[in-house]
Amino acid sequence: MKKNKMVTLTIDSRKLQAEEGLMILDVARDNNIYIPSLCTNEAVEPYGACRLCLVEITTARGRERLVTSCLYPVEEGLTVKTNSERIASVRKVLIQLLMARCPDSEVIQDLAKRLGVETTPFPLEDKNKNKKCILCALCARVCQEVVGVSAISLVNRGVNRQLATPFFEPSEACIGCGSCVYVCPTHAIAMEDTGDKREVRWPHSQMEFKLRKCKVCGSYWIPERQIEHIAQVSGTSPDDYDVCFSCRE
Amino acid sequence: MVKVSSFAELETLRKSIVARRDPQKAMITVCGGTGCHAHGCEKVAAAFRQEIEQQNLAGKVDLRITGCHGFCERGTLVVVKPQDIFYQRVKEKDVSTILSETVAKGNVIERLLFTDLATKEKITRELEIPFYKKQNRLILGNNGSIDPTVIDDYLAVGGYAALARSLQRMSPEQIIDEVKKSGLRGRGGGGFPTGIKWESTRRAHGDTKYVICNADEGDPGAYMDRSLMEGNPHSVLEGMIIGAYAIGSDQGYIYIRNEYPLAVKNAQIAIEQAEDYGLLGKNILGSGFDFSVRINRGGGAFICGESTALMASLEGHVGEPRAKYVHTAEKGLWNQPTNLNNVETWANVPLIINKGADWYSKIGTRNSKGTKIFSLVGKINNTGLVEVPMGITLREIVYDIGGGIPGGKKFKAVQTGGPSGGVIPESLIDLPVDFDELTKVGSMMGSGAMIVMDENTCMVDIAKYYVSFLEGESCGKCLPCREGLKRLREILADISEGRGEDDDIDLLENLSVALVDGSLCALGATAPNPVLTTLHYFREEYDAHIKDKRCPAGVCKELITYCINNEKCPGCGLCVKACPVQAITLTGKKKPAILDQEKCIKCGACYDVCKLCAVDIK
Repeated sequence: MKKNKMVTLTIDSRKLQAEEGLMILDVARDNNIYIPSLCTNEAVEPYGACRLCLVEITTARGRERLVTSCLYPVEEGLTVKTNSERIASVRKVLIQLLMARCPDSEVIQDLAKRLGVETTPFPLEDKNKNKKCILCALCARVCQEVVGVSAISLVNRGVNRQLATPFFEPSEACIGCGSCVYVCPTHAIAMEDTGDKREVRWPHSQMEFKLRKCKVCGSYWIPERQIEHIAQVSGTSPDDYDVCFSCRE
Repeated sequence: MVKVSSFAELETLRKSIVARRDPQKAMITVCGGTGCHAHGCEKVAAAFRQEIEQQNLAGKVDLRITGCHGFCERGTLVVVKPQDIFYQRVKEKDVSTILSETVAKGNVIERLLFTDLATKEKITRELEIPFYKKQNRLILGNNGSIDPTVIDDYLAVGGYAALARSLQRMSPEQIIDEVKKSGLRGRGGGGFPTGIKWESTRRAHGDTKYVICNADEGDPGAYMDRSLMEGNPHSVLEGMIIGAYAIGSDQGYIYIRNEYPLAVKNAQIAIEQAEDYGLLGKNILGSGFDFSVRINRGGGAFICGESTALMASLEGHVGEPRAKYVHTAEKGLWNQPTNLNNVETWANVPLIINKGADWYSKIGTRNSKGTKIFSLVGKINNTGLVEVPMGITLREIVYDIGGGIPGGKKFKAVQTGGPSGGVIPESLIDLPVDFDELTKVGSMMGSGAMIVMDENTCMVDIAKYYVSFLEGESCGKCLPCREGLKRLREILADISEGRGEDDDIDLLENLSVALVDGSLCALGATAPNPVLTTLHYFREEYDAHIKDKRCPAGVCKELITYCINNEKCPGCGLCVKACPVQAITLTGKKKPAILDQEKCIKCGACYDVCKLCAVDIK
């Protein structure tokens, strides 16, 4: 694979080399420089919703501005401050907004502590209202970009925005794979397997899936829907999935 | 229709259209803008059609339904040509008199003329009315003289000459240079130099390039773009075709909000007629240049006026913005180089090509050239659309053109730039209006809404109104805009309802800064402007609400009480009838009425109805 050009930039007084095309946030993380972020995941395209990764930059030409580091590609001669006073005060308000939105989220509490924020001046929402969901859309983006089924999405606008299946009803598109559960940064989506049943509970809708039994060990290991989907996209037979991964080894 | 396949043929066509028309023949123009529709212009036009038939005037007088004249306060507007007699507030019942008196005998009907409020003088001609006198209607001017559904009307006033000139005599680079030299800046709100945007799109690499006309006007009280699109759609189209040629694009889109049915209709007719003549489509005027335009109707989201959200919506996605670190000129619609301009910006282009950048750049101020259309609304006598040279003062707009504040009330402030603009106080009324001056005082040009407020307007209430408007229109993608606007609105509601605390001001300021610095797009980043400007210029009003639990303007219901002024009240009973909850009773003849505070819902009906100002607000 052809390697991209390298650029030199400075993050928090550290001079770094980075591949052109990478985002500031990626380069910072590769170099163990902490920038908070809740809506990024390497599996999906950057989105820029949580705004916590805001940094202050000065370009080689001397232009100063605030940018979201998950979306701003590195460039030659860039100087980045990840935690200036201005950034810290914006981040403080952002985390306070999240503390009020999801008062029972341990992840938000921990992040707030890490950012040196203890309380929020805003009235707390009832914890059953948003159910730990910060609307980062990682679940919906993974469902679309990685799984490719777009079974869940964000509905409504503004403060009324919610993550849901279409019309809050069981979705024919959902294969019950649990990718959304895996990427959710605040553990707002739950998944539980009981016997031959899997239940996925999003903040405002839920679904049940029938699991297939492994012919060898007898454990229920994968939703039937997921098998159908994999068989379809890979051109294999659904019967190929009668044995679970562990027993196949 | 015959296809026009060369520049010479276009001129021949134009001459034949003009030759067929007798400038001395009587013509009645009826304003058909949306404002006049609300006043009943359709009925007036229908009455004219019927009366012309009945009075056997069919061959002697023409009837033309035109676009918006701008003086919406006074609709339905009717102009009788060739004398140019301007009638206002015309109703169906006036139609037969206009025909029998003015058209047949040349008599002017006094009662239908505009009366100057200051001099009490009756004014016969449109341009002599103070409302129009200080305007410079370069863009809106043709609205009143052409039927927007008839392309020949546009050709008769010199339409598409700039397109012919561009294709025949100018290279794309020369056009871009001319637009750059003109100093034209985007009229949609951003104020970015148009020529530079065109140049970037022209230079960007891409298989296909697109041009877009942003007609998703959504600011409360703003209707400049609607009136242009309704009243002179060909001027917008002509600008787009010239721009597309300069940029190297063969496909254009007009993104127009579906709540503007007349604008959608007229734009569609204009596209079809331009296609029929060969002014759109393949090999335009024999030049070898191809360009077509499609209309895309917006679904009602304010955010879709933001360029990247608009493009997402055009692509069929949810209308949500994305970061613009890679400019849309490089990667816009379907990731191709895209140039988006607002309706009014496009309409300026033919003018610049026709008259030249040197001429154009003489109008306006150092960094803001040309004219700007504002919708002058709110507490103002002459509500309407005004087109003024950049640099005119707010005072001239409010008093000379707008005729001042109704009911002898005091001017308090003007909000420019729509919901994300700022509130400018009376102390700055001599401010010259241009892009930079408005920004300096914490407001912005925006798309050109200008909402005038009088002494009875509460600044906390106004800030709350705009913030709650934007809260409802925030797409919800980014955290500060979605959650921050909700919190701003909650704090403002607390203050206006008497629950304000001392810390609230700091909180408002901190939140505002987080929105400005942290939001993904301009909606969130500019949303705190009404809060920040009212805090800056009207701090004492916030303090009165928070510390004294008092609303000085007498607006915030929880902080006011209505009382009957016993000395003034003659007990006439008007308020008793007006009160929807029977909170007011009469105690006897010529005795003041009594208001039961327990029952009063503070609707203000008694205050509005009392002719003797005997209801006080405390």
